[in-house]
Amino acid sequence: MSILIDKNTRVVTQGITGNTGQFHTRTSREYANGRACYVAGVNPKRAGENFEGIPIFGTVREAKQQTGVNVSVVYVPPAGAAGAILEAVEADLDLVICITEGIPVRDMVAVRDRMKKEKRRTLLLGPNCPGAITPEELKIGIMPGHIHRKGRVGVVSRSGTLTYEAVGQLTELGIGQSSAVGIGGDPVNGLKHIDVLKLFNDDPQTDAVIMIGEIGGGDEETAARWVKEHMKKPVVGFIAGVTAPPGKRMGHAGAIISGGKGTAQEKLAVMEECGIKVTRNPAEMGKLLKSVLK
Amino acid sequence: MKIHEYQGKELFRRFGVATTRCVPCFSVDEAVEAAKKLGGSVWVVKAQIHAGGRGKGGGVKVAKSLDEVREKAKQILGMQLVTPQTGPQGQKVRRLLIEEGADIQQELYIGMVVDRATQRVCLMASSEGGMDIEEVAAKHPEKIHKVFVDPATGLGDAESQDVSRKIGIPAASVGQGAKLLQALYRCFNETDASLAEINPLVVTGKGEVVALDAKFNFDDNALFRHPEIVAMRDLDEENALEIEASKNELSYISLDGNIGCLVNGAGLAMATMDTIKLYGGEPANFLDVGGGATTERVTAAFKIMLSNPKVKAILVNIFGGIMKCDTIATGVVSAAREVKLSVPLVVRMKGTNEQLGKQILKESGLPIISADNMAEAGQRVVAALQGAQG
Repeated sequence: MSILIDKNTRVVTQGITGNTGQFHTRTSREYANGRACYVAGVNPKRAGENFEGIPIFGTVREAKQQTGVNVSVVYVPPAGAAGAILEAVEADLDLVICITEGIPVRDMVAVRDRMKKEKRRTLLLGPNCPGAITPEELKIGIMPGHIHRKGRVGVVSRSGTLTYEAVGQLTELGIGQSSAVGIGGDPVNGLKHIDVLKLFNDDPQTDAVIMIGEIGGGDEETAARWVKEHMKKPVVGFIAGVTAPPGKRMGHAGAIISGGKGTAQEKLAVMEECGIKVTRNPAEMGKLLKSVLK
Repeated sequence: MKIHEYQGKELFRRFGVATTRCVPCFSVDEAVEAAKKLGGSVWVVKAQIHAGGRGKGGGVKVAKSLDEVREKAKQILGMQLVTPQTGPQGQKVRRLLIEEGADIQQELYIGMVVDRATQRVCLMASSEGGMDIEEVAAKHPEKIHKVFVDPATGLGDAESQDVSRKIGIPAASVGQGAKLLQALYRCFNETDASLAEINPLVVTGKGEVVALDAKFNFDDNALFRHPEIVAMRDLDEENALEIEASKNELSYISLDGNIGCLVNGAGLAMATMDTIKLYGGEPANFLDVGGGATTERVTAAFKIMLSNPKVKAILVNIFGGIMKCDTIATGVVSAAREVKLSVPLVVRMKGTNEQLGKQILKESGLPIISADNMAEAGQRVVAALQGAQG
């Protein structure tokens, strides 16, 4: 099991001819079952060619028909990324993982609106996210594979390197991960904490979850309230940005305290109220998770 | 990216949002000329800085004669204007706006932002204009009316008329109010704004609905398709170090503490600041060098961090993924040599090529304090700072 992706997933890279797309397709293919999983690339101008043996198709639909891909990963530059996501959605894939950073918010508003109105079944992870990994099975994204270890703890986070930090701590404590998912730092995105928590809740191979958030928005609070009502497994959490001043955007487009909303203190308080054990020390995420394992 | 009020009003006029007549000025003489040109007997002299709350700090004054215009312009131009949003050091006023006086009958509030929960643009409107809207939201949430705009159809006639009525625009002016709201939405959408605010929107004695203020933020990710907005950028209003950082594709924010930090990734950078605070220190900055930093970029980051004279110790925290630890180590060593680093430096490195990175640091002969995890890094940098000050 695991969530979202596993060794049976078949992946198409959109943006396979760019530097970033090539670099990460290569490293992901070298990880675990990557060689069997990465089966297609897309570039309308380079159809018929191949990237190190991976065939390139003109469209996602064609790639799906020819190779049976069910998940796409997008490395297309910001100006064309929203279009790339929609193409994968219209090809009716199971999941689109958009790594691209810097997509205009208006483009994402339009993408999400269409996905909802057309009642599309395709899930979207990101944009501006590190991707998802199911250790020792498949890595889709830019995370360092070698820090992960197969196991039964789920990780969900808005930030990239902070996810690696949590995973690194778990692995050092001898605790493996079922899947680690980065949902990304943009204000308008696809899967949110709550959606990923639901998947972990239903996954028989996940025993507990680390949920990592940051300042801005109210997604962590929404997820925490859901946990209180429905989650059958222990959840521990950390929120980055206790020291962040209001009105200053902390790197991620979504990481800003505005109108007094979205502070780390507020999020931590709601999470605690909802039965999520939290730490204010990012060095102790792993230890805290260990303390709730039976 | 932010712009000035007068630039916001230029955008308003371009999209058909009614504004008062006004002229931007860069000197006292220009201000008097502008008042003459506008005519009338009452003018408002307004400081143009990016921060809000200008009235509270004495940056907005009414003048009832040309002599008064001169006097008020002299007072405001060049002053260090302190508002609740500038911080205690304030912001120097370099530009003025001279505006015709308006016969204000009602002051209303209009705001637009992208709402994350509904993933739509949210129009917020209230009868309580001219005030601190956050206070209204806290005390009288029922007085704030919201519309979540369908991106496919835009702001409709019925919705905009309905909101206009709800905030108390008189029946005869509802059509005008609705038209203004629709124009504002088009302006917001087509310029890729992330925030637009009119506080106050006024109804005049003649029943006209007019924007008396204009506040904008734009989505930095969309600036590539708006050269006309990029041209409005006023670098005087921005922090010099933050400008330098953005040139190097670094994300840097100045803070008030004395421990500089250099981290890869926004979330980890915030978490590192939090760790410093947790062990009794105060971060001097937020600095994310990004995922694909090169030796050159790390060197630039170091220089920017050290140009802040408050920095008395440095913490480098890297979780190498795409970015390899040896690349960072080489950058740290070369930067430390180049800037003749004189404050304590703590480095915590983890991930790809960790051992190689640590070896480079060790062999450099520089007095670098190494740490194995974030807690240790936080403790050591605070201790080093105290030692250095000791």
